[in-house]
Amino acid sequence: MADIDEIDTSNLAYGRTEWDDHHHLPTNTGLTNEKVTMWAFLGSDCLLFGALISTYLLLRNRVGPATSGPTAADLFDIPFTSVSSFVLLMSSLTMVLAVTSIQRAEMDRCKLWLLTTAALGSIFIAGQVYEFTSFYREGLGFTTNISSSAFYTLTGFHGVHVSLGIVMLVTMWVLVSGGQIGPERAETIEIIGLYWHFVDIVWIVIFAVVYLIP
Amino acid sequence: MNTAAVSEEETHQEHHDHGLSDVGYIKVALLLAVLTAVEVATYFWDFGVLEVPSLLILMVVKFQIVVSYFMHLKFDSKVFSYLFITGVILAMLVFAAMGTSMAFWQNPSGCDISDFC
Repeated sequence: MADIDEIDTSNLAYGRTEWDDHHHLPTNTGLTNEKVTMWAFLGSDCLLFGALISTYLLLRNRVGPATSGPTAADLFDIPFTSVSSFVLLMSSLTMVLAVTSIQRAEMDRCKLWLLTTAALGSIFIAGQVYEFTSFYREGLGFTTNISSSAFYTLTGFHGVHVSLGIVMLVTMWVLVSGGQIGPERAETIEIIGLYWHFVDIVWIVIFAVVYLIP
Repeated sequence: MNTAAVSEEETHQEHHDHGLSDVGYIKVALLLAVLTAVEVATYFWDFGVLEVPSLLILMVVKFQIVVSYFMHLKFDSKVFSYLFITGVILAMLVFAAMGTSMAFWQNPSGCDISDFC
């Protein structure tokens, strides 16, 4: 049996070590806790959007006897929303290019892709603000009827997710620019990327189920 | 170079070989763009009875592509797949539960609870 004093315990220390950068972390799963946590969060977020999408589908054509007005489906501008969807889809490409760039230690390219992703996300949010504003001017407010409440709650929650993603992307850009995040911490960018791709797949479902399916 | 060093280098190389090349990701994005264009085409042209099934299939395919390639689930640990798929299945169960409640939970007058009657 090895003497306890001879065992190298440096790998068991808390915080990132040089050993961590080249090996799997000494966790039970062999996976980093941060990444497992992000996937668990995304799994739980599926439930949130599952509930919101279900609610909208059940209420989409109901205005109720005490309320009136149009439903969101009456006012959809499909060509406009299609462009927004395409923009968000392409932001997933720029996000994955940011991840591969930092893994190759191409920091300038990583910063460029991070900013591009944030810009595309901002264009999507601007489109959503324009859509909400035009709907409101046409008489569809949040409390107009039960259908409109379900629509604004669903798309609004998604918009909040995208907005938080933009804040995270800009924060990553600042940290990469300042040198606090380098190639050895590429997984941080990858985890932010997972969140960003998640808001993209949620929109894939919303675009098809809410906007396109009659 | 000793065996341990070779093994370490291979492990390091394998880590960075996960996923596609940049060109591969661009091809995946182009495929997604084409699928989106087909989706939007269903709005302008009448696909008849095939419209809803084709939209659902396109949605699932796009979802699968983004999760598999952009989110690396195809190349990553199965633990992540289990975590995520569990969430997706639970979300579908939520939808099924809400659907049944709307279908069966009606007041004595027979009108749907969502009509606020």
